[in-house]
Amino acid sequence: MTMIFGVPAAAFFGQLLLGLINGAFYALLSLGLAIIFGLLKIINFAHGAQYMLGAFAAYLLLNYLGINYWAALFLAPLIVGTIGALIERYLLRRITHIDHIYGLLLTFGLALIIQGLFTNLFGVSGNRYPVPSELSGGINLGFMFMPYYRGWIVAIAVVVCIAVWFLIEKTKLGGYLRAGTENPALMQAFGINVPLLVTLTYGFGVALAAFAGVLAAPIYSVAPGMGANLLIVVFAVVVIGGMGSIMGAIVTGLAMGIVEGLTKVYYPEASNTVIFLVMILVLLLRPAGLFGKEA
Amino acid sequence: MSKTYEQLGITDLHAYYGESHILHGIDLHINRGELVTLLGRNGSGRSTTLKSIMNMVGRRTGSIVINGNETIETAPHHIARLGVGFCPEERGIFSSLNVEENLLLPPTVRSGGMSLDEIYDMFPNLYERRKSVGTRLSGGEQQMLALARILRTGANMLLLDEITEGLAPVIVQKLAEVLTQLKEKGLTILLVEQSFRFAAPIADRHYLMEHGQIVEEVKKDELESKKDILNTYLGV
Ligand SMILES: Nc1ncnc2c1ncn2[C@@H]1O[C@H](COP(=O)(O)OP(=O)(O)OP(=O)(O)O)[C@@H](O)[C@H]1O
Ligand SMILES: [Mg+2]
Repeated sequence: MTMIFGVPAAAFFGQLLLGLINGAFYALLSLGLAIIFGLLKIINFAHGAQYMLGAFAAYLLLNYLGINYWAALFLAPLIVGTIGALIERYLLRRITHIDHIYGLLLTFGLALIIQGLFTNLFGVSGNRYPVPSELSGGINLGFMFMPYYRGWIVAIAVVVCIAVWFLIEKTKLGGYLRAGTENPALMQAFGINVPLLVTLTYGFGVALAAFAGVLAAPIYSVAPGMGANLLIVVFAVVVIGGMGSIMGAIVTGLAMGIVEGLTKVYYPEASNTVIFLVMILVLLLRPAGLFGKEA
Repeated sequence: MSKTYEQLGITDLHAYYGESHILHGIDLHINRGELVTLLGRNGSGRSTTLKSIMNMVGRRTGSIVINGNETIETAPHHIARLGVGFCPEERGIFSSLNVEENLLLPPTVRSGGMSLDEIYDMFPNLYERRKSVGTRLSGGEQQMLALARILRTGANMLLLDEITEGLAPVIVQKLAEVLTQLKEKGLTILLVEQSFRFAAPIADRHYLMEHGQIVEEVKKDELESKKDILNTYLGV
């Protein structure tokens, strides 16, 4: 049997793939958080709940309307993103002129309400969402067995992350977002509808969370608490990467997933805490984060 | 287009930042094609007047008519669409955009703006540095960029806040030439200035401000006769 640093290759690559999958979710979620934070300057504590809403939207669309996974991949982010836009327009906008800490509190409260509501409606235990038939099964790569669906998660997450990076860094619309992040008052003086930009940006960040939720539905159980646990790790990832860098969020997300996966191979006891250890190290050595701009 | 078309009419304008009452009843009128300056000491309220026109202050009352539209209730992002271009005192060059992206950022608000080529002809330095990060430019180049940026949009009234501040004489000279060219094109310009020597030869009229009020209006041909008043308020 092939060994890699004293570990069977199959186990090594198996954990690497699991790490990449987690990393894909970290990247998608921290990307959304970074975009929202950039323009709105609030830490979106409802991000986990919105991820959960994405998974539930897919689940409900399938079970009540017979809408399949592929359609849900577009529809769920659209629905949940629209809810996000409404939250910005009718709740967050009212408190933009006061300390941003209130935005954090408001989104935290919203997260609790949404999770409570879904726990009441669906119970705490998870619901199963089937892997789409096109992606069931897997392939033996020689060194490991890879389920198609898991490969798909990593591939599509990377594609979406790069597309979002391109949109923000290389297009005119992204230029508005970057400039609005720097100086919204001047953007408005140039005739750009900044309040609308803010609403759409929040909606977009939320839609990314919902998209991650749909991707997660077939491999994790669709449960009201699914986002809350994940979000804590994602916040650590965001602290490590540093707020304000789009590429930083993506790279750090994937890298932390891999670090977690490899820790599972070599020192499983630390796999749940390794990201937090990295976070502490980064905070000590580079408080603004690996990709953050030093103040 | 008649010679006396009023492009900007401000009546009894009061402006506030939170609890502080900064402008105390400004009256100011500019006809199309005029170049008018707002002169005054530091803190007299000149920048606040420009920001009030852009609806960028906390609260404002009174009347501001731009191109025939009352704008006291108008949202900030609709003001530019009336043909107003604003160049803020701190220049506001975006560090996350390169020079060309900075130039292309403000949306077109009217037809007849300058093309990118015309702008690069007017400011060759900007062409050479078009791929540089906006804030890596020298102070003078950043000022050119801040000005060039609003020339592209087709705005026919420019509000310029201390564009010569801290710049070398040769660049100040260049800016004076540019403003003269823009005036010849028929643009209306409201210029906030510290330097009377820069403003005097190019402007049609001057408003003197003190403590958030306009205390005197001086026409170009009154510069000699009102020398004492100018001295009192500006110390020129
Ligand atoms: N954001 C603000 N909040 C509170 N007060 C302000 C604010 N901006 C300006 N002021 C006050 O308003 C008054 C007028 O300021 P303004 O910037 O209009 O002056 P100015 O004539 O442009 O002078 P200069 O640019 O040379 O400082 C000053 O007393 C200033 O302290
Ligand atoms: Mg000023």
